[in-house]
Amino acid sequence: MTDQRGSEIIGFRAPAPGSQPSNDTPAYGSTRKRHPLHRPLAFAHTVTETTGPRFSPAQFPATADISMVKGHAAMGERIIVSGRITDEDGRPVPHTMVEIWQANAAGRYHHPRDQHDAPLDPHFTGTGRVFTDAEGFYRFTTIKPGAYPWRNHHNAWRPNHIHFSYFGPGFATRLITQMYFPGDPLLALDPVFHAVPDAGARERLIARFDLDTTQPEWALGYRFDVVLRGRDATPMEG
Amino acid sequence: MSIATAAQTIGPYWHLLDDPALADLTRFGATGERIELVGTVRDGDGELVTDGCIELWQPSPAADDVFPGFGRCATDAHGRFRFITLKPGPVPGRGNTLQAPHLAINILARGILTRLYTRAYFEGEPLNAADPLLGLIEDPARRATLIARPVGLATWQMDIRLQGNDETVFIEV
Ligand SMILES: [Fe+2]
Repeated sequence: MTDQRGSEIIGFRAPAPGSQPSNDTPAYGSTRKRHPLHRPLAFAHTVTETTGPRFSPAQFPATADISMVKGHAAMGERIIVSGRITDEDGRPVPHTMVEIWQANAAGRYHHPRDQHDAPLDPHFTGTGRVFTDAEGFYRFTTIKPGAYPWRNHHNAWRPNHIHFSYFGPGFATRLITQMYFPGDPLLALDPVFHAVPDAGARERLIARFDLDTTQPEWALGYRFDVVLRGRDATPMEG
Repeated sequence: MSIATAAQTIGPYWHLLDDPALADLTRFGATGERIELVGTVRDGDGELVTDGCIELWQPSPAADDVFPGFGRCATDAHGRFRFITLKPGPVPGRGNTLQAPHLAINILARGILTRLYTRAYFEGEPLNAADPLLGLIEDPARRATLIARPVGLATWQMDIRLQGNDETVFIEV
């Protein structure tokens, strides 16, 4: 890799204006005491940021179907989520680990701190891991998560969502996000979703219903494509 | 050309992913100078951050089958994280510069929409004086927020303050 040679380091592109949320988002109350007041230190990427972890399926076994536990189907609407991970230049991101976690169909997380008065499902833990193939495609089977209340403001409810974690080629491409569902009326009211300033960037967090992914007599399919940062066009000299 | 997907908070329930084994980067048998990195995370009121996700990446020593180079650790009820890893060596910077030994750190939590990124350097390391990143921070107190100090034979401590007077220097990434 050229990354190891200081003079040839190619960093990752800066985020497009408005495409990323600000950590100072007053409508999302938890940001109030958790956002830095200083501007982040500008520093061109080095080998520390351009390289990143590799995960082997041998050490991190894939769990592509989380819609059942020991042969028992979880309650709720079974769905298939598939998509492609590319970079900003449209190049596929192959063999990268994708982690997901989510609430069950009733809107309850299998988590001790979730006190929402909705039933737990013994056949749903809500966490999975897959790897993209050589062309950047991934796919998993799960249950459509329910909406759940949170205490951000009066009568606040999170839209249905699945949490996603991506790595990509470098530590700079690390991405944690949430996938939403089309037509959800709660999206218009959600301060986490609306923390993303650009309307187009928000839209791209919403999966689309996909008949090609849908399996007859089995499950509806959704398509969620994700774009990780691309490389800067030209190498920057130190 | 497309635009990179927006980040969203990791939220309070990310522990569904958590595997405490990931905090020990030597678990596959890597050998070298074993160290511990510990710290406490606090918010702008000085309150403990007890639901945080701290991630560590180091380009040195180079990752291989026995050394993943990556770790993840949940902050506990006392806001503490603890990694076991191998002491990094210097790595090249841009141009002909050399970067002092350091660890790359992500801080993710409820209330953080886009990961916060910083680094942990090591107190007493001669190369710190010429490190290209540390050299950009003029205020010695600010600079000190990136320097882990020894608190035991092989234990280094770097606390993280998300906001406030002793706010950690976060780095654009
Ligand atoms: Fe959630």
